[in-house]
Amino acid sequence: MRRVVVTGVGLVTPLGGNTEATWSRLIAGESGIGPITRFDASDYACRIAGEVPYGDGSDGSFNPDARVDHKIQRQVDRFIHFGLDAAGQALEDAGLTDLSEEEGLRTGTLIGSGIGGLPGIAEESITLHERGPRRVSPHFVHGRLINLVSGQVSIRYGLRGPNHAVVTACSTGAHAIGDAARLIMWEDADIMVAGGAEASICPLGIAGFAQARALSTGFNDTPARASRPWDRDRDGFVMGEGAGIVVLEEMERAKRRGATIYGEVVGYGLTGDAFHVTAPHPEGDGAYRSMAMALRRAGLNPSDIDYVNAHGTSTPMGDELELGAVRRLFGNAVGTLSMSSTKSAIGHLLGGAGAVESIFCLLALRDQVVPPTLNLDNPCEGAEGIDLVPHRARERRVEAALNNSFGFGGTNATVIFRKV
Amino acid sequence: MSDIAERVKKIVVEHLGVEPDKVTEDSSFIDDLGADSLDTVELVMAFEDEFGVEIPDDAAEKILTVKDAIAFVAAHGK
Repeated sequence: MRRVVVTGVGLVTPLGGNTEATWSRLIAGESGIGPITRFDASDYACRIAGEVPYGDGSDGSFNPDARVDHKIQRQVDRFIHFGLDAAGQALEDAGLTDLSEEEGLRTGTLIGSGIGGLPGIAEESITLHERGPRRVSPHFVHGRLINLVSGQVSIRYGLRGPNHAVVTACSTGAHAIGDAARLIMWEDADIMVAGGAEASICPLGIAGFAQARALSTGFNDTPARASRPWDRDRDGFVMGEGAGIVVLEEMERAKRRGATIYGEVVGYGLTGDAFHVTAPHPEGDGAYRSMAMALRRAGLNPSDIDYVNAHGTSTPMGDELELGAVRRLFGNAVGTLSMSSTKSAIGHLLGGAGAVESIFCLLALRDQVVPPTLNLDNPCEGAEGIDLVPHRARERRVEAALNNSFGFGGTNATVIFRKV
Repeated sequence: MSDIAERVKKIVVEHLGVEPDKVTEDSSFIDDLGADSLDTVELVMAFEDEFGVEIPDDAAEKILTVKDAIAFVAAHGK
């Protein structure tokens, strides 16, 4: 089987409009969570979120004009803006923006989203209701479809290989990277642009998750304290938005062209809970088997894993179940592991989460530092004896890193990266 | 009349993302200004909004240039 490495990364997150702005603020222990500004949320139970900071890009903000054509900006939903920009960043980082005809034929896209163009669907349904069918935009459908991040990236950069997308709720980003790596292993492509994008901070998105009792509602006046994985006072997740996109490349090809290699995709696991649409399995069964499968594929022992970027959403049930699954699988090796939840700083990017957090794993491999779990003041039961990296980033040896992502529908994905 | 022409051109510039000096009365939306079939639907909707007219589908199909749009609006607009 061919080996697959990551040669480019791109991020748009609540901490910044590019990779280095996000990473430096994350390592500095800053929070990207604040009051919702996109709409008047004063009547909502949850009034906070992790919004991407807009600006001219010079201060690490997100400038949509940098990589997304004006006409396209107007036609498509925000998640596609984020995805197009992050994909552009990743291709620039990999030095692959100017592909030959032949390379283009061997390069594909596999970018997903959990929900896709929810803001635009909600707005256009009001237009339909108030003004009738002839006022619905001709760009409505293709500007909202989840696979249109892949579609737009493919068109923009001339990528004529597989043009694919994943939709597995909050596991999307991790599944996209794992599946895309397999397309390269199976020789369907030599290069894949893969990841996830999300932008559902809109009235319907916040209302829907709040009604599912999934969102934090107790920290509206202190937003930076709201996302607190494994802390005893946690009360739900905080919605984030953005995108994480990687360039995956067949290893020998990457080495031949002297590309900078962030790490190898060595393990991938994917399972189903078969239990409940929103609640995780009470014993963390699916999570456990997902991690075990990824380790087996990687040919690694639990003690080989230095860093786990946890799913850790800051919900009362999920955090402890994941912790329990990690303890069972890792046994004594939990003592040498560092595990953090970066959702404490950026919130939950839903379909973007697994990809953004995979990039954090890759940057941990690069810089030999693990990002912190903010707000972990009073760890929950079961946290003793395991380094959850409270409050401050920690410099340490990181040779292999594991990302977990779990989603509604009982879908679980794990990706493992190792230094090359 | 010239007011209508200016407003039509402004809409075309905004919706197609083209430079204002590229838009003349003879410009064809598709052949000269890079519009696709979806853009032309959106343009017709924008003309309807701007001028308070209804442009039926069979009439919309005949609006291919800036001049066609100006003529329709001049004849039917409020």
